Amino acid sequence: MAYSEKLLDHFKNPKNVGTLDKSKANVGTGLVGAPECGDVMRLQIEVDDESGLIKDAKFKTFGCGSAIASSSLATEWLKGKTINEAVEIDNMAIVEELALPPVKIHCSVLAEDAIKSAIADYKEKNGIEK
Amino acid sequence: MNKNPLIYLDNNSTTPTDPRVVEAMLPFFHQFPGNAASRNHPFGWKAEEAVDYAREQIANLIGADAKEIIFTSGATEADNLGIKGVFEMYARKGNHIITATTEHKAVLDTCKKIEKQGGEVTYLEVNDKGLIDLNELEAAITDKTILVSIMWANNETGVIQPMKEIGQICEKHGVLLMSDATQAVGKIPVNPKETGIHLMAFTSHKMYGPKGVGALFVNRKNPRVKVTAQVDGGGHERGMRSGTLNVPGIVGFGKAAEIAKSEMENEAIRLKGLRNKLEEGLKSALEEVYVNGSTENRMPHVTNISFKHVEGEGLMMTFNQNIAVSSGSACTSASLEPSYVLKALGLGDDLAHSSIRFSLGRFTKEEDIDYAIEAVSKGVIHMRDLSPIWEMYKEGIDLDAVEWAEH
Repeated sequence: MAYSEKLLDHFKNPKNVGTLDKSKANVGTGLVGAPECGDVMRLQIEVDDESGLIKDAKFKTFGCGSAIASSSLATEWLKGKTINEAVEIDNMAIVEELALPPVKIHCSVLAEDAIKSAIADYKEKNGIEK
Repeated sequence: MNKNPLIYLDNNSTTPTDPRVVEAMLPFFHQFPGNAASRNHPFGWKAEEAVDYAREQIANLIGADAKEIIFTSGATEADNLGIKGVFEMYARKGNHIITATTEHKAVLDTCKKIEKQGGEVTYLEVNDKGLIDLNELEAAITDKTILVSIMWANNETGVIQPMKEIGQICEKHGVLLMSDATQAVGKIPVNPKETGIHLMAFTSHKMYGPKGVGALFVNRKNPRVKVTAQVDGGGHERGMRSGTLNVPGIVGFGKAAEIAKSEMENEAIRLKGLRNKLEEGLKSALEEVYVNGSTENRMPHVTNISFKHVEGEGLMMTFNQNIAVSSGSACTSASLEPSYVLKALGLGDDLAHSSIRFSLGRFTKEEDIDYAIEAVSKGVIHMRDLSPIWEMYKEGIDLDAVEWAEH
């Protein structure tokens, strides 16, 4: 299976790998997938209290190349967005950007789930209604 | 050393055709184009003579009579012919077949088909070493059992079943024994007659011969075994497999068998040394590395390794621009199910997803192994840096206690 240049670049030089302090109130953490399924994504966002913009995003992913590239791309897209903008990120946009083959679409779905889960965690911590 | 060498460590998928084999085949494309079944002209005689010679070479490798070799298109067809052929031929005796859960799909899917046609199949489980239990085998045999089919060596793990003991059990109960010996023939000594095997499938392209040609060994004496043809036509191969013989392929298969017979013993020692070096190298460079399956009863050229908390397909992507291996992770398949062979050994899905099979071969050099140890170690470290479960494991979190959001 030949992967796109963009996908390979995100895989080889993943952006925003790391861990944010999940005890901070302005950090939202999403952990989705399961080791048994061969995919686990942890995606975190840090929201600027004043502007309401996502000022940092980090990920770590156990999974195939497409899963890693999808989460790397997701963190890139999250930065600078508001929570309301971020929740609109659609998995099909990731599929298009990385030219994911059909058998890898679930990787983009997982990335979307991770984004939504991180946002939900942030909202819950800050008492924002869903 | 070449900065970006291409290294082939996927010899269980297929082996490169030996140049000596290619050379032997070439005249049979244009110079000697005859059909081995053409009995009335020199073109046919030449082709028949070449096929007879190859049949001898192959029979010689496995200690059989040339008449006991039935040529097929490969091991999958030979497995189909052996199992379906016995099921039909011995229908009056019974309808029960015994096999194992770690068999190749060519055997398992054939058995599934037979179940749909009224056959009964027992699938023996294996232990954590990948070996069947001989007592379970014996207990599974009934008066309706017509065939036991157990592979000689497993394609994913290289684990070798106790064929001699299996042969004795089948002999005691008067049941036919078949073996899919695809991964064993030409690499370790395989002698069906001495082992009590009545039918045996194997193929040319796993032993440095061309693709598209294989064989079914069918025992001719004590007992005389017959199988019902699955391909009807001109009655070639003693009526068991019709179809014009693939003369160049068969010539290559024969040459490959001859070379294997003379070089196999030394080659096995060399490959075992390299395989062990690879395992030791990876184990000393990395933590949490597990070799899957028996390390005592296995092929000399194979190792199946799980790198904990790293997904196999992702890992492969770190080095697959120049190193070819296989993974037990099924991330590319629609089912998302990892290797059924590794799961049958009792491996959790997580470790099965983390597995890589390295299969060495005649053209593997020591420097290839040195390069692979370095590249794979680097890849594992990269992937672990990215892995949230590796981080959690390092923090001492019990991953089994985590409530995962399964998808």
